[in-house]
Amino acid sequence: MVASKPSPGVEASLTALAVSLRGVTKVYDNGVMALGPLDLAVRKGEFISLLGPSGCGKSTALRLIAELSAPSSGIVRVARHEGVPQPGHGIGFVFQEPTLMPWTSVRENVRLPLKLAGVPKAEARTRADAALASVGLADFAEAFPRELSGGMKMRVSLARALVTDPDILLMDEPFAALDEITRFRLNNDLLALWRSLRKTVIFVTHSVFESVYLSQRVVVMTARPGRIQADLRIETVEPRGEEFRTSAAYSDYCRRVSAALAPSYSGQSTL
Amino acid sequence: MNAQAAAAKPSGAQRALRFVLPVIVFAAGLLAWELVVRIRDIPPYVLPAPSVIFLTLIKDWAVLSQSLATTLLTTLEGFVAASIGGIALALLFNQSKWVEYSLFPYAVVLQVTPVIAIAPLLLIYLEQQTAVVVCAFIVAFFPVLANTTLGLNSVDRNLAGLFQLYGASPPQTLRFLKLPAALPYILGGLRIAGGLSLIGAVVAEIAAGTAGAGSGLAYRIAESGYRLNIPRMFAALLLLSLAGIVIYGVLALVSHLVLRRWHESALGKES
Repeated sequence: MVASKPSPGVEASLTALAVSLRGVTKVYDNGVMALGPLDLAVRKGEFISLLGPSGCGKSTALRLIAELSAPSSGIVRVARHEGVPQPGHGIGFVFQEPTLMPWTSVRENVRLPLKLAGVPKAEARTRADAALASVGLADFAEAFPRELSGGMKMRVSLARALVTDPDILLMDEPFAALDEITRFRLNNDLLALWRSLRKTVIFVTHSVFESVYLSQRVVVMTARPGRIQADLRIETVEPRGEEFRTSAAYSDYCRRVSAALAPSYSGQSTL
Repeated sequence: MNAQAAAAKPSGAQRALRFVLPVIVFAAGLLAWELVVRIRDIPPYVLPAPSVIFLTLIKDWAVLSQSLATTLLTTLEGFVAASIGGIALALLFNQSKWVEYSLFPYAVVLQVTPVIAIAPLLLIYLEQQTAVVVCAFIVAFFPVLANTTLGLNSVDRNLAGLFQLYGASPPQTLRFLKLPAALPYILGGLRIAGGLSLIGAVVAEIAAGTAGAGSGLAYRIAESGYRLNIPRMFAALLLLSLAGIVIYGVLALVSHLVLRRWHESALGKES
């Protein structure tokens, strides 16, 4: 299933693989073929978007990488740190919903992964507060989730994913339920975090504009069972900002990604 | 008319009305009762006036208070047994489907069999005090079991995934996820169980009748009935009713205090 061998160490660490899927398929218990066969290699430090129609298996692919479910066939490989074992296998996961525990404070929510890993309370508290500060919520540690807005809840969720200092961040349509302004702001904050922390990010979305704006690579998937339709590089002047969002290059990339996505929707009469 | 007009006003006045109106109805009822008994000169062994009942309550306080203590103790023992038993059984069911499939039908059988029919049997096989507690337990444990089971099964799927991702052990998942998530349901079950254990205790005391050595309030009611001491019957009934109200009030208060920071049920409508 999942090999714990480190990725091929021959290449320099910059080009080493963080995640590789080879011939991965997923068939659900009811016989529905959800995914694949899928081949995907993600380099360390890369920001990659999985883009596709609803139900094409994008989320399934993320769950396979996170080992939340097992592939029906094929190999999923995730690069591991040598030495210190990390909570969550070095993976941080941000779900579609904030997925916070409503019965406890924001700080306790962020501290959870460390608490489960048995990190001493004082240290865990410091790290939780640092993670909250990195998403701009230092003043809300004592608040309860229900007292926060949708965007703030998503930030807490992001802080919780970052608190273990994972190598890989998996994000499953995290901003889909937010209004556009909040979404733009979180996009910018996410890019800033990615630039400073240099984590591998796999970002699932069904927004062409979001995928082009955020990622270095957009992987367009077909309708179920999800396979790779196109793999496009987005190259522009870094760091990206609002000027990229309004540039001609941006709209050109969006047009190309949309064109690549079109066949995935062609066969669907229900949407 | 008046009540409708007041309902449209801000919640402060409305809350006061919700308290004042039942009190007015109660006072009016008592007054009518008192007047009917006095004007028509009904003897107390047919229908005692409220004032006579109140005087009896004071005059017989020594006997009645002792009976009240006995019944309350029985209720408390039954309630504690039902709470622990119901929650423990639900946890057991949650750990193992096999245990659930094997035992759940019997929990239902115990629940649907009228306890008044079981009580005489219990009185044959068990000591009276034990039998009474067992009756209270049988009536009260099912709502705790059913509600706790429902609560344990209502854990957010993504949160469960998160705990899995961070490698939570089964005891950790139980303590930090399942029990807190089930808490509102458990408290709801306990609120029902409180009233039901009082009913169970009373039913068993009545079934034990005058033959027993017990001296609970229900026993007092039966005994006073045989002696045509109708005012004392009413006084004992009044105490039972008050006991029920206090039990419900205390459990509702506990539930409110525990859940007030996060659960919808305990939050004000305006927030």
